[in-house]
Amino acid sequence: MNSSTRSRLYRWDVKASPYLYIAPFFVLFAAFGLFPLGYTAWVSLHDWSLLSDEHTFAGLDNYQRLLGDPYFWNALRNTVSILVLGTVPQLLLALLMAHLLTMRLRGRTFFQMGMLLPNVASVVAVAVIFSQLFGRDFGVINWVLESLGAGRIDWQAGVASSHIAIAVMIIWKWTGYNALIYLAAMQAIPRDMYESATLDGASSIRQLRSITIPMIRPTVIFTVIVSTIYGLQVFAEPQLFAGGGYDTVTGGSSRQFQTLTLYLYEHGFNRGFQFGYASATAWVMFVIIVVIAVLNYLLVRRIRSSS
Amino acid sequence: MTMQLVKGGEAGPAPRIGRRSHRPVRTLSHRLRPGRLTYLTLLAVMFFSAFPLYFSFVVASQDNSALGRIPPPLLPGANLVDNVRRVFDTVPFGAAMVNSVIVAGTITASVVLFSTLAGFAFAKLRFKGRTALLVVVVATMMVPTQLGIVPLYLLMNQFGWTDSLQAVIMPALVNAFGVFFMTQYLREALPTELLEAGRIDGAATHRLFWHVVLPIARPAAAVLGMLTFLTAWNDYFWPLIVLSSPDNYTVQVALSNLRSGYVTDFSLVLTGTLLATLPLLVVFVVLGKQIIGGIMQGAVKG
Repeated sequence: MNSSTRSRLYRWDVKASPYLYIAPFFVLFAAFGLFPLGYTAWVSLHDWSLLSDEHTFAGLDNYQRLLGDPYFWNALRNTVSILVLGTVPQLLLALLMAHLLTMRLRGRTFFQMGMLLPNVASVVAVAVIFSQLFGRDFGVINWVLESLGAGRIDWQAGVASSHIAIAVMIIWKWTGYNALIYLAAMQAIPRDMYESATLDGASSIRQLRSITIPMIRPTVIFTVIVSTIYGLQVFAEPQLFAGGGYDTVTGGSSRQFQTLTLYLYEHGFNRGFQFGYASATAWVMFVIIVVIAVLNYLLVRRIRSSS
Repeated sequence: MTMQLVKGGEAGPAPRIGRRSHRPVRTLSHRLRPGRLTYLTLLAVMFFSAFPLYFSFVVASQDNSALGRIPPPLLPGANLVDNVRRVFDTVPFGAAMVNSVIVAGTITASVVLFSTLAGFAFAKLRFKGRTALLVVVVATMMVPTQLGIVPLYLLMNQFGWTDSLQAVIMPALVNAFGVFFMTQYLREALPTELLEAGRIDGAATHRLFWHVVLPIARPAAAVLGMLTFLTAWNDYFWPLIVLSSPDNYTVQVALSNLRSGYVTDFSLVLTGTLLATLPLLVVFVVLGKQIIGGIMQGAVKG
């Protein structure tokens, strides 16, 4: 091989290699992530089912039917309610736990591991375990309530009680995880800010509110947005919380805890594969997710940056 | 791509794994002496974190009649072996375990390899559009890909892959969090001089990758591998939709099948839960420190 060929090869290697290395990610993500999401819009404009090869163009029919379906609005209400109940306490608790972990603790690693333990369990495992704990007749939680002199609760039956039970599952699984993310951000805060606050006699909780939270604002924004996107797609918890049979698809006997993804699942994969209708549901969900995420961003951004 | 990985990904300081992190001396940690209340609160949190898992073990070791007792049993019984046998009789749980190992193993190998490749390019190679493409990677971490489920199903149907493991594996072969994570790590951990020295010796890029980049990336690859395996093992929505015959079920789908009968046999279902979660718990207890490190690396600058 002469030297000019070699240097040409070398130049080509330096130019092309980077693109070659990032190609697998972009190609595969485009094929299995972005393309399906975009194609959903196309499918949603058709009468599309797995059972026939005819896909008649239907315009906005699917959307019209969807927005006219009270069950859809019911699912939206349930989803937002579970989102609020499962996310607000979760992130507040995570902030508090992270705050405690910044102190000079004995056994810090033990506490960190213990906090992350729930995150190792799958959503299916979490839903199954908590369905047992929230059992009406033999659940531990009702037994505790009764010992305290309160009455038994039929957790699955009510709207509020079922939402609380599902929110508890979400809180249990994700609080420790978010606490670790907050903790990592908190460790970058300079110590003298706290020292002067301590001299001024500010309590620990006061310091959390006026120093820590403003200082880690970007992290708070991030966790709020991600938890929102996640919370609006909750599926396994309500599906497995229902006893059995068709209730697992409708989210309880009177749809008291059917979420949007469960609604999508019902129409797309349980009732004759109405792919057009399910795709319309997915697109409407997408718009809802973007809107609520942006709203949350604007809300959290109002946390005053510390001077 | 699932949420668990997305949850960890943020713009922030470069990960420092397996090396002593170089902290400024006066930071927040170790700033206050904790009081008794702090320890009590944390111990309460520990209790609530551990109790549901402990209780599922209790239920898994009792027979169903014990579960009707008031007060409920809080100590393990002697029925665990019996219940395990019943799980394997009810659903092909052994096959499900094998399927999950295949799925999670393949996905982990692929994610780690492709993330390291792309991370190397983004961290250390120069090319047009690098910054813009990296922004695209970060943005895709926020995309709710679960909503593309219907066309994804149609796509798999076209390929004739429905009800097969490759349908579960294919969409998860890459993820944005992995690329981002590796980029951050290699930016810090990979000395540019080392690459330049290799270039001067006339090494082609792929040789640099195998002989220089991979050995240095190993600690981060281990953390990414663990997080990916955990996520893939626990994934539920997509496998539930695309798999239809019990022999192809992954562990999570088999588990949900145990649950979905009209009468829930809790000692059976929770034994299944225990079997599905135990391998992960063992890994977590052994390697938990690194996993925690990995999650904390993803955090945003304050």
